Amino acid sequence: MQRRTFLTLAAWLVGTTSLTRATVIHNRVPWAPHPNSAPEMVRPGPWQFFTLDEARAMEAIVDRIIPPDPETPGGKIAGCAVFIDRQLKGPYGSNQGHYTLGPHTKGTQEQGPQSALTHAELYRNALAALDKHCKSTQAGKSFAELEAAAQDDVLRKLESGEVKFETVDAKGFFSALLKDVPEGFFADPIHGGNIDMVGWKMIGFPGIRYDYRDWVNRHNERYPHPPVSIAGRADWTPAKS
Amino acid sequence: MQDFSSVERGRYLATAADCGSCHTIPGSDHPLSGGRPIETPFGVLVAPNITPDRETGIGAWSDDEFDAAVRKGVRRDGKRLYPAMPFPYFARMTQEDVKDIRAYLSTIEPVHNPVAVNQLPFPLNQRMAMTVWDTLYFTPGEFREQPDKSKQWNRGAYLVEGPGHCGACHTPKTALGGDMPDKRLQGYTLQGWAAPDITSGQGPLADWSADDLAQYLKTGHNRFAAAAGLMGEVVELSTSKVSDDDAKAMATYLKGQSGPKPAADSAAESHVMAAGGAIYQDLCSACHKSDGSGVPNLIPDLAHAATVSTGDPTTVLRVILQGAQSVATDQEPTGPAMPAFGWQLNDAQVAAVATYVRNHWGKAPPVSEDEAKKERAQLDARTN
Amino acid sequence: MARKLPRKDVVIVGLGWTGSIMAYELADAGLDLIAIERGPWRNTATDYPPGYAADELRYRIRHELFLSPSQTTFTFRHKMSEAALPIRSWGAFMPPNGVGGGGVHWNAETWRFLPSDFVLKTHLTERYGVNFLPEDMTIQDWGVTYDELEPHYDKFEYLCGTSGQAGNIKGTIMDGGNPFEGPRARAYPNPPQDQPFGHALFGKAARDLGYKPFPQPSGNMSRPYQNPLGVRLGPCTYCGFCEWFGCGNYSKASPQTTVLPALVRKPNFTARDNSEVTRINVDSSGKRATGVTFVDAAGDEWEQPADLVVLSAYTIFNVQLLLLSGIGKAYDPAANTGVIGRNFTHQTTSDVVSFFDPAKFVFNPFIASGAIGMCIDEFNGDNFDHGPHGFVGGGYMGHVQTNGRPIETTPVPPGTPLWGAAWKKAVKENYQSAIKPGTGVHGSMYSYRDVYVDLDPAYKDRFNRPLVRITMDFHDNEIKQNKFLTDKFAEIFQAMGAKQVHKEYRKAPYDITKYQTTHLCGGAIMGSDPTTSALNRFLQSWDVPNLFVLGASAFPQNAGYNPTGTVAALAYWTADAIRSKYLKNPGQLINA
Repeated sequence: MQRRTFLTLAAWLVGTTSLTRATVIHNRVPWAPHPNSAPEMVRPGPWQFFTLDEARAMEAIVDRIIPPDPETPGGKIAGCAVFIDRQLKGPYGSNQGHYTLGPHTKGTQEQGPQSALTHAELYRNALAALDKHCKSTQAGKSFAELEAAAQDDVLRKLESGEVKFETVDAKGFFSALLKDVPEGFFADPIHGGNIDMVGWKMIGFPGIRYDYRDWVNRHNERYPHPPVSIAGRADWTPAKS
Repeated sequence: MQDFSSVERGRYLATAADCGSCHTIPGSDHPLSGGRPIETPFGVLVAPNITPDRETGIGAWSDDEFDAAVRKGVRRDGKRLYPAMPFPYFARMTQEDVKDIRAYLSTIEPVHNPVAVNQLPFPLNQRMAMTVWDTLYFTPGEFREQPDKSKQWNRGAYLVEGPGHCGACHTPKTALGGDMPDKRLQGYTLQGWAAPDITSGQGPLADWSADDLAQYLKTGHNRFAAAAGLMGEVVELSTSKVSDDDAKAMATYLKGQSGPKPAADSAAESHVMAAGGAIYQDLCSACHKSDGSGVPNLIPDLAHAATVSTGDPTTVLRVILQGAQSVATDQEPTGPAMPAFGWQLNDAQVAAVATYVRNHWGKAPPVSEDEAKKERAQLDARTN
Repeated sequence: MARKLPRKDVVIVGLGWTGSIMAYELADAGLDLIAIERGPWRNTATDYPPGYAADELRYRIRHELFLSPSQTTFTFRHKMSEAALPIRSWGAFMPPNGVGGGGVHWNAETWRFLPSDFVLKTHLTERYGVNFLPEDMTIQDWGVTYDELEPHYDKFEYLCGTSGQAGNIKGTIMDGGNPFEGPRARAYPNPPQDQPFGHALFGKAARDLGYKPFPQPSGNMSRPYQNPLGVRLGPCTYCGFCEWFGCGNYSKASPQTTVLPALVRKPNFTARDNSEVTRINVDSSGKRATGVTFVDAAGDEWEQPADLVVLSAYTIFNVQLLLLSGIGKAYDPAANTGVIGRNFTHQTTSDVVSFFDPAKFVFNPFIASGAIGMCIDEFNGDNFDHGPHGFVGGGYMGHVQTNGRPIETTPVPPGTPLWGAAWKKAVKENYQSAIKPGTGVHGSMYSYRDVYVDLDPAYKDRFNRPLVRITMDFHDNEIKQNKFLTDKFAEIFQAMGAKQVHKEYRKAPYDITKYQTTHLCGGAIMGSDPTTSALNRFLQSWDVPNLFVLGASAFPQNAGYNPTGTVAALAYWTADAIRSKYLKNPGQLINA
């Protein structure tokens, strides 16, 4: 192997979080107690990626992308900002698994994103730019300090491309929000969002339930059972007698 | 001159006696060369090398010395074997059968592998104590046929009570590790697994037919259950390789063994059953079905799987906490596995779902949160 | 320096469906073989148990079961004059990774191609005349016929336990099945799956319109099943976490649930996981493969010598290994010479999203399986007269919605804002009463002179090897085909009583970011002429006779069905040729 190849490979190996090992399988299917890859569960606690200012802005943003209504909380109470915080701190934030080698050349839209920025960098830069933009156009107020209508107005301008940031693609940032915020609202609560399964309850999605044999032939009848998360549901814990 | 039919009979009997299970390290390329640690209630023993290596194996032993060890528990040096070697069962074998096993063992590859067999703490490392033990628990004497029973029953009795040594795991033991004679095959817990009551009176096997039992022994699976853990190993190395007739004979004998009623159940509390039922429907029904009936030969039927409803919850807790892979055999190569839920459920939840599966269809005693906690700690400490 | 391992009779590159099938067949023939797999070993209870298999974010959105582009990816451009750029995260298709390959995360749609698909060029030319075909279309006959493949399709369906309703048994058309399918020797091993409300309603509407709807052939079990290898599957529970996910309860046919448990018991079989083959080695004549070189997860390089090499990686990686190993002449579209990389194709799918009155329709969209649904085949292949329409090709269409997972499947009517209170309200209102089939129109993509793959001159993978460059765009023929099919499809939803029907036509330019299917095809195609095909009709390399190349890379063009049934049938066909012909007389099986 050439030295250059070795170096590229070594860099790739270091960048791989799951400690994979080559194994030889012979005579029996490998098995060991416990799952090979049980999920990590997000715990409540301080922000891990966002600064306090960023977090304030994000909580305001997620509550405009998914506003509260009388039946269902908005993005903030649902934990969408926490979800994005933990995602950006983790492999998603660092674009782990993506092809990151250069050159980074802008192509057509159908050739897919080519930015050298990671998701974490995109949020960091865009939130700074958003803050600067708001303060300069809204009498020194940050995004979180604006009225809901004014917040919506700023977001609409990001969406349409009317507002541009100097350092980062504002429209690209808004696209990321449109992907990441609903993910936080609908992903399993173990990832930090969809707290109390509010997103699932809103639409009637039963979560990780894995057996609808008793229901497949009950046509046009609403499925009655509450959702279940990987972390369970309240009914799993015996009530105190 | 080698007697090939004798060697072949010996190979078959060594399989029926499952010598390889203790005397071979799993996955080793050197069968029967010893070194596998055997957990006993008193500590760990290590199985010796029984290949024909003259120095570290049994190559230098005479046939009589071999017979004395297998059937009387007396070593070549006159010292007594610990009953981890099931000589109280092997004593039922005929001299001819043991000679055949020896003939077979003489043909395998000799492996030089010195094994330090005794790692028990004082005073148990004093083999003198075994003299007393033998007096209490060891009855010498070959198996005698019961003329009023069928030929099949008698063959089964010989295999179960002799080479098969089923009671070594399934018969309750005294504080000194001897079989309780009045409780033969009524269930015992060892090496982190509860071996259920395999009598056929009113215990967990009451609904199993002799064919169900024979199929289980041959394939590790039947319409009710799947063998995993120690029993999976027994099926893999031993019972799946006995003839169909012998499996049926063992089943016939076992079906004829009367047993006690299971201990009266103390009813589980309703709030525990409610939580257990919720967990069951959310996590377990995908495989075991909402009514617990499973899939024949693939997913156990919880109302009829002996390990679920047996008095001691050790196995059911272990399987819930860390999962288990059932045995793969030539006839049933699938080897489906139960996933682990210990990472997902806390002790109260594990206890609740264990209680539910033991009570909803069966009548086994409830499992406490404390038992779940203890089992989790014990499993964490286990190396296998 | 690569360390050399002991010689084997056979080395198999990639342990997915084709690798597992071939390994079993050749191990059964007594050959000593090793399979080398780039990804990890995976199994039901330890890798995707019901306790966490249903994690939409982890598996569907973050692609846990797939190859990472950081391991290797492709570059993409629409035409030769454009600069190709790397695919940095997956979009239009999802290369699999790990033991079981695509068989772990597929939907288990188990189709056969039409008899005419295998003799496509001859058939279309005879029916419509040679001038009916676009000038730059490069479709070919396969060199194998449906009748020859029939027993091998049958073998795969009985391996999988396919649930379905036969439409044509030995020429007799069966009610409730697909009347257009080629004659089959016997019925499917299992009856069709149950159909949830929306799927059943679609079937009724299609029948009312005069079509012959039938349940999609499914590798999700309608009942417990034991296959001919003795391996058992359980009944599907309609969990709705099939495609992109591993099945947690042994109810979806995959190498893990059908072949591997029996294969692993064979003493002459060994597998190595987390080991990537980087090259097929050939001797100095260039006419004989001597084995392969691979790199394991620790970065150590090994050489595995073997008498027979079976390439059974994902389509495009087969082509990459051939190009990197210098086996076969690389395709040059300008000169129209060479074979490796030519006739590369994908799929032409589209969808129709329908919105029904929430007060009257509750579909419970989460009750589904990967291959659930009712389909019609009236507009597939050449099942209809293309004369008036000015295009060739077609596809099946059906209500085959596989899930109601809320990140992916919360459709809102066109015109709804993408965020805010109105979006939220629309999501809530329509979740239970909208139908989004996923790939409702599953159309063919035929081959063209300027759609191909070669090695990229600029971008490299982690081993510093050139990435494969894809040059591909939709041609007018496929765009017309899709418009026609999508319109027909939408009519059925209208007949079901939808209050709003939204057609999402497939349009040019080809978009590498939008998922269609993972059915990449071609690049190392089979045929009867070594100047226009890489492989003979037994999938044997024309250039290196002890090399066989399995998978959809052998398809001269893609048909209007999911490819796995045909991919697997070809693997059995090739295994049979190796067992009955090649082993008796190793060498080129066809004299061209």
